[in-house]
Amino acid sequence: MIRIEQLTKQYGETTVLKIPEMDIPKGQIFGLVGNNGAGKTTLFSLLLDLIQATAGTVKIDDIPVHSSEDWKKKTAAFLDDSFLIGYLTPEEYFYFIGELRGVSKEEVDELLTGYTDFFNDEILNKNKYIRDLSKGNQKKVGVVATFIGEPELLILDEPFANLDPTTQIRLKELLSEKAKDANKTVMISSHDIQHVTEVCERIAVLEKGEIVKDLKTTSKTLRELETFFTK
Amino acid sequence: MNDQKKSMFLRLLQLQLKSYRRSSAFTSGVVTSIIYLYFMLCFVGIFTLLGFRSFYSIDEDMGVDPLQFINKYMVYGTSFWVVWRYFIQKMPVLNVKALLSLPVKENTIVHYALGQTTFSFFNISNAFFFVPFSLVLVNNGYPTSQVLSWHLAIIAIVFCTNYINILINDRNDVFYTVATLLILFAGLQYYDIFDISQHMGPVFDTFYNSPIYTLIPWMILILLYQSAFTHFKHRMYLDSGLQVVKKEAQNLQLGWLNRFGRTAIFVKNDIKLILRNKRSKMTIWVSIGSLFYGLLFFTDSSGGLYNAPVWKIFAGIIVTGGFLFTFGQYVPSWDSSYYPLMMSQNIVYREYLNAKWAMITIATMASTVLGSFYIIFGWDVYAAILTGAIYNIGVNGHLVLLSGAFIKSPIDLTTTTKPFGDKQAFNAKTLLLSLPKLFLPMILYFIGSLFGGEWVGYMTVVFTGLLGFFLKDKVFNWIEILYKVEKYKTLEAYKQTS
Repeated sequence: MIRIEQLTKQYGETTVLKIPEMDIPKGQIFGLVGNNGAGKTTLFSLLLDLIQATAGTVKIDDIPVHSSEDWKKKTAAFLDDSFLIGYLTPEEYFYFIGELRGVSKEEVDELLTGYTDFFNDEILNKNKYIRDLSKGNQKKVGVVATFIGEPELLILDEPFANLDPTTQIRLKELLSEKAKDANKTVMISSHDIQHVTEVCERIAVLEKGEIVKDLKTTSKTLRELETFFTK
Repeated sequence: MNDQKKSMFLRLLQLQLKSYRRSSAFTSGVVTSIIYLYFMLCFVGIFTLLGFRSFYSIDEDMGVDPLQFINKYMVYGTSFWVVWRYFIQKMPVLNVKALLSLPVKENTIVHYALGQTTFSFFNISNAFFFVPFSLVLVNNGYPTSQVLSWHLAIIAIVFCTNYINILINDRNDVFYTVATLLILFAGLQYYDIFDISQHMGPVFDTFYNSPIYTLIPWMILILLYQSAFTHFKHRMYLDSGLQVVKKEAQNLQLGWLNRFGRTAIFVKNDIKLILRNKRSKMTIWVSIGSLFYGLLFFTDSSGGLYNAPVWKIFAGIIVTGGFLFTFGQYVPSWDSSYYPLMMSQNIVYREYLNAKWAMITIATMASTVLGSFYIIFGWDVYAAILTGAIYNIGVNGHLVLLSGAFIKSPIDLTTTTKPFGDKQAFNAKTLLLSLPKLFLPMILYFIGSLFGGEWVGYMTVVFTGLLGFFLKDKVFNWIEILYKVEKYKTLEAYKQTS
């Protein structure tokens, strides 16, 4: 689903990201861990063509993201609050995303009923603008919006951050459910190695812009990652 | 203790200086800074000149006592200043939050926050007019001590408006009352029904005639400062004064727009954007304001300065273009806070641009219809307005979107403008691009009129407008490419705020 070739990103003299090659096959649920400044967000921004690579290419479903825009139909992402429109209510925001993705209001409503538990009665019909919601609730809105229109590729940056424990557990369940669908590729990043090992089939460790580990998740993975990050 | 308090105050002041030095006006490149400075100097220059000159022009041209004349209108000046400040002066809460949990005395913070407003542009700018005016008064034989007393009273009044503004901030009811009274009394005076300035003028005269009364505004000022102090101090908690006011979401029924297809998706969003954000709501007020701007040209109020027919075109552009210039000028910055979303969603630039263009066009047509009352000034006047509208839709609509590709200053929707407007207004490229919007039609008219008078002049402008309209697709292709090229720079620039 995602193919990365000779990808580098430099700011002046400093190289912030360098990935010679990486392949994420369709249906995989992929986790990215790393300390602050390791390049996780840079990588995600490159995948979404929000910044320009210094060299190399990213292809989503064989479409080079830089030269074509067709990948946008298949992809949904939530990186940070710049993916939210503060002056809309959550409902209006969901409908807006729905309209862009060709999903009718009724279909969006139907999809939303599936997330009643996840929203914990704090999101819908509250007559509040998104900008007035708490950080955690904003995140819920952003994450659920990416499910609209059944995109083939989901990219979520730090989806667990700012969520309360109950919601973290529900989100894990949700993502595992998505992973069952062989057509859905999910890519998440996190600071929390436990969450990632629970959800992802494959985990890559990013350090100073380079992939230093690329593991298939097993029962030993958590230990291995803990040892790695204990320096 | 006093010593410590003092040094704390100084430290806070240093913070302020830093924030000022690092503000965008001084860090966004040499050209921008120079242009910014130039406009600031122009502004100062105009006010200073006005201060020096107005004495003579009132004295000689109108034959009335300049001081009494100014005093007569002080009541309007003051209330206008209150309204104006309410609109654009920011509240001094900015850095307060970070200080709350630090070992700084609460009183120091409040004094500091209030003191900070003293140096506000709104206070200082008055001096540029009143100081030279007072100097001229003294120079012309008005007794120094009396002028000084009057001047001190004015200073007190200016600062009173400063603290009134703090007290009534976010009190829409007070604001609308003052604004309505202002308009009401201005109307009553205009139609010779009741002249409030006749009654209020003598009040201001008293400060000159009997200096002892100058104490009154100063006492009011002290009272206002104290109540602003308590007001502020009681609200120094995160859940009261420092909290951002949350409003209930308004329910807008815009479903009927759906028949316009994908364009409607963005148009619906833009309507919400305009109605729900403080900063963008200003565009409506400015649009209404510019609708009446033509009155300056077509009535005698300008003293015949704008009688030349070329200025009619200028008026036509402004009257119908208020929205175009205030909203269109800042596309795509309106969407700056969620531009990454727009760029990763299933959006084609063309649809996005078309929607913005539709907004501008609809608003321009609405202004044209609303501006029909200009017919009372004659058919040629309305022809100028129609011409302006056609040019606005056909040419200026493209031009504002084109300049949008180069405007890379994010807009913080939740705050109103700074006194000098947004710094993007001083972007050198935008400035260049705004010239043809206003002056090109005037030049076209002038050239046309050389060949066959007024009507050929109009037709030249209309024809250019229509040409632009029919070339829309071609122009949009080009604009689209520009937006794509500038995409990464724009995303990068929008990140650098808040």
